[in-house]
Amino acid sequence: MIGRLIARDVRRGVTGTAWLPVAFFLLVATLMPFAIGPDAALLGRVGAGALWIAALTAALLPIERLIEPDRADGVLDQLVLSGCAEEAVAAAKIVGHWMTFAPLLLIAALPASALLGMDGRALARTELALAIGTPGLAALTVAVAAVTAGMPRAASLAGVLLFPLAVPLLIFGAAASGGGSGAPLLEAAVSLLLTAGAPFAAGAAIRAARS
Amino acid sequence: MQGLGQVNGATANGPLLRFAGVALERGGRLLFDTLDFELAPGEGLHVAGPNGSGKSSLIRLTAGLLRASAGDIVRAPAGLADDSLALDRELPLGRALQFWGSPMEPAMDALGISRLAHVPVRLLSSGQRKRATLARVAASGAPLWLLDEPLNALDAEGAERLARIIRAHRDAGGAVVAASHQPLHGEWRILELGR
Repeated sequence: MIGRLIARDVRRGVTGTAWLPVAFFLLVATLMPFAIGPDAALLGRVGAGALWIAALTAALLPIERLIEPDRADGVLDQLVLSGCAEEAVAAAKIVGHWMTFAPLLLIAALPASALLGMDGRALARTELALAIGTPGLAALTVAVAAVTAGMPRAASLAGVLLFPLAVPLLIFGAAASGGGSGAPLLEAAVSLLLTAGAPFAAGAAIRAARS
Repeated sequence: MQGLGQVNGATANGPLLRFAGVALERGGRLLFDTLDFELAPGEGLHVAGPNGSGKSSLIRLTAGLLRASAGDIVRAPAGLADDSLALDRELPLGRALQFWGSPMEPAMDALGISRLAHVPVRLLSSGQRKRATLARVAASGAPLWLLDEPLNALDAEGAERLARIIRAHRDAGGAVVAASHQPLHGEWRILELGR
């Protein structure tokens, strides 16, 4: 059941609007040179941080379709009846969200790094940092989506909730992109913590939304 | 009718559902208090009562989607059909139902929706959607069926098909809890709420 749920979420994401967060990511990267100016040295220095901000906002975009449609349509209820724990459902949602969002983001980081004038080594570090950080980001997004499911103006509320919680990931992710020694390990620790904790938070939120 | 009659109850010989002193409070209102009953294999319980008396809440409570304020509920594995469709709108009905696992053809046949297998779910009428949710329960193989207003949106022919699959399920040792404000076909124990 859980495998089918992941496959279904990936199918819905890919045939739906998977390109939208990526387009958004590229758009933010494109806007940076306009905002900061065409100074290549300066852009190269802020580039990695800018990509992280872009990745964070891109992860937030699909937050409304992660949990809420399935809650409203009774899919989450039927999953319980077929014997899946809410935590397992949340974990499947995290995997599904990561699969539709992270690989495309890693590819989009290639043109984005060119737009920001980053060199090859900075790009390689950023790709590694994004690969380490995106599972944590996906987990956090699903947890926040579960907490805000069914609330009015959930998307804006989700942003307010998500960004502060993503700060540790952002700090170590950007540091890892910038070549800080030890930063990738700390980033991995934060990402692991979020990925391990999010299914429980999301599962509890799904249960609480029923009463 | 293979797949419809199979019952894999965890409590093979005992009751399929037992309520012991169950109370439920929703939004500060006591819906029912010290509810006691048992449902043995082959039995059907018709939950009746006016709007707002807690029929749907009783079904969701039995399904494990709500927590009782007091008391214990023990039940065999259950299938639920309520007003939520829980099918992907963009898929053809056959594939959308397939997501829920069990082989669907016998149940779709029994409810007369086999010829809709290639029609996208979003194009189905409300009666056809109701039949689809009932088919999912019928195919689930669960010994206990929980039906919330199963007659809603069904035409006479659909109601007849429903009565038929319920009879087949009960004859095979399954049990059914149906919340409905309309009379149900066949023999039922009645639980009147809101009195």
